[in-house]
Amino acid sequence: MRRRSPYPYWFIAPAGVIFTVLFLLPTAASFWFSLTRWDLFTSTYIGLENFRQFFSEPFLLKGLLNTIVYAVVTSGAKTILGLLLAVLLTSGIYAQGFLRTVVFFPVLVSTIGVGIAFGELMHPTRGAINVALAAIGIDGPGWLVTPSLALYSVALVDVWKGVGLATLIYIAGLASISPEYYEAARMDGATRRQQFWRVTVPLVRPATVTVVILSLIGGLRSFDIIWAMTRGGPGFSSDVLASVIYKQYQAGFYGLSTAGNVILFLLITLIVVPIFMYFNRREVEA
Amino acid sequence: MNISLKMGTALAAIFALSAGASSAQELTVLIDNNPDTVAITDALTAAYSAANPGVTFEIELRPGGGEGDNIVKTRLATEEMTDIFSYNSGSLFQALKPTRTLEPLDDLPNLGNIIDSYLPTVTGTNGSVYGVPNKTAMGGGIFYNIAVYERLGLSVPKTWDEFMANNAAIAAAGDVAPVAQTYRDTWTSQLFVLADYFNVQAVEPNFAEEYTGNIAKYASTPAAMAGFQHLQDVYEAGYLNDDFGAATYPDGLRMVATGEAAHYPMLTFAVGAIQQNHPDQLNDVGFFAQPGDSADSNGLTIWMPNSYYIPRGSENADVAKDFLNFVATTEACDVITEAVGATGPYLINGCGLPGDVPKAVSDMLPYFQEAGRTAPALEFLSPVKGPALEQITVEVGSGIRDAASAAALYDQDVEKQAKQLGLPNW
Repeated sequence: MRRRSPYPYWFIAPAGVIFTVLFLLPTAASFWFSLTRWDLFTSTYIGLENFRQFFSEPFLLKGLLNTIVYAVVTSGAKTILGLLLAVLLTSGIYAQGFLRTVVFFPVLVSTIGVGIAFGELMHPTRGAINVALAAIGIDGPGWLVTPSLALYSVALVDVWKGVGLATLIYIAGLASISPEYYEAARMDGATRRQQFWRVTVPLVRPATVTVVILSLIGGLRSFDIIWAMTRGGPGFSSDVLASVIYKQYQAGFYGLSTAGNVILFLLITLIVVPIFMYFNRREVEA
Repeated sequence: MNISLKMGTALAAIFALSAGASSAQELTVLIDNNPDTVAITDALTAAYSAANPGVTFEIELRPGGGEGDNIVKTRLATEEMTDIFSYNSGSLFQALKPTRTLEPLDDLPNLGNIIDSYLPTVTGTNGSVYGVPNKTAMGGGIFYNIAVYERLGLSVPKTWDEFMANNAAIAAAGDVAPVAQTYRDTWTSQLFVLADYFNVQAVEPNFAEEYTGNIAKYASTPAAMAGFQHLQDVYEAGYLNDDFGAATYPDGLRMVATGEAAHYPMLTFAVGAIQQNHPDQLNDVGFFAQPGDSADSNGLTIWMPNSYYIPRGSENADVAKDFLNFVATTEACDVITEAVGATGPYLINGCGLPGDVPKAVSDMLPYFQEAGRTAPALEFLSPVKGPALEQITVEVGSGIRDAASAAALYDQDVEKQAKQLGLPNW
């Protein structure tokens, strides 16, 4: 049976007002404006025309696919690398505290700054990366200017920047595993590898759920680093939903870009809610 | 950076207001961060303040391109616009919905000084004039390095075939890139398409009208598609600099000024930036109109300069109008020439140019002096301009998409703009 809250409802009134004014009303308004042709001065109701237009954008499908690829690649890499780094950085290695700081540091740096810096480092002819590769006889690719590579180059930088947060969450998760499990496993003759797969991975599940969900949402709505590094280019080859929406907004198609935001909202909901439910159910069963 | 810059100026404005609440009047001005615009606005406002000691100016910078469009539109819509702002004429001006957002200038005493051909580019649908030009007219075409041309014994091409033959000779000679392209700054990729408009209208005189009326299309008009084809041709011939995908606009100017590249398609406003960044090479750079199929109809596609505008309902509209009235005088032209040098013909009657103009400017002036050798770019004849052109031209110029499919895609892109403007027949 659901227990009644001991607090009267008017306790939530202050927070409720803020939530309504700053979140609920704009959300409702954006659903309305997505059905109009809007130039900030006047809006004309045009039904679902914006959605039809948005889905008939030739670069939209590419952007949609890129969004999903980008989210899965960055989220997967952050989860796996984050766990491995966290295991390494809790193993009592030399200068552990310092190394933790080093791994976490990129999280604190401005995304735009990181994007601009890596844009220079990845310059095809005079960038430090290709100059270094040339020194050992490798002809480096055009990281950000080759259409098939641009999105992955950005994803690589995103992982470098974001893995520190995943590592931090995993370190907290690892710290909450009682050492007794490892003692028991060792008594039974488990190898380090077996300890990792049979003890660490299952018991660190709550941290995994957090990391996957956060990085997946972050990846799906990722915009700033892509904009700073490629502006969706070359051409449309690294466009994601958020950059397509932003370009519509820049062009003054406010209704159309609002429709794009509604689509992005629905997409994130459709992907994240089932994952969230799946992980939660497994947790109850486990 | 933008935000902090704006915060900074906002704070400065607050301090200025609280400090000088006496009789002095301060006008706020929003301009793009192009060094030329800044230098011109600084000089004009200083000259005006010198003549009207009670009036001071607070100048605020914004980025150019799409980001700048966005700032201007949002601030107009939220009624947070400065007393005066500088913005494009032509199709971008029309997208501001001037009849609703701007102050008409029909009663400006010096309005008659503005050259007639400029007025339509700052006139709203109701027939009122809204802007006063703050720069000179520009040409869109091709900058070339004179030293490279002299070394190889080349002459200025009058047809596209001659241009490509020059490129072949330059490529054969070795280390100079025939054509500089700078697709990191995507807007620079549009030149071959936009600067080809003189050649388009030479073959299809009604193109602009039919294009606005949703009759003529890029994909179905061979003359219009030629610009996309040119982009594809120079890429496929391997005439571009190695880092064309990552190079920027300043890189392009450097390449053509120092002779790393022989050609750079660009607007002549770049003369100002070359003067600033490469003063020693200023006269190594020449300019010619983008050649078309026939040497008989060789002419220049011209761009109309930005204007100053006053938002509707500005509290200081009277003083702002008086400032714009000053900008429309020969005196103001001289102030501009002194600030940034001579970059092209003025759009104010009676304004002359000094005798010693940079080589690229003197290459451009003859087109203006002969009748029928200039045509305005399409964006000054039709409000229809699609926002994705610069991405599409990057694709064609990098070999991702061919000219025919690019023209078709662009035709689809402009549809949104036409619908947003509520044009008939779309």
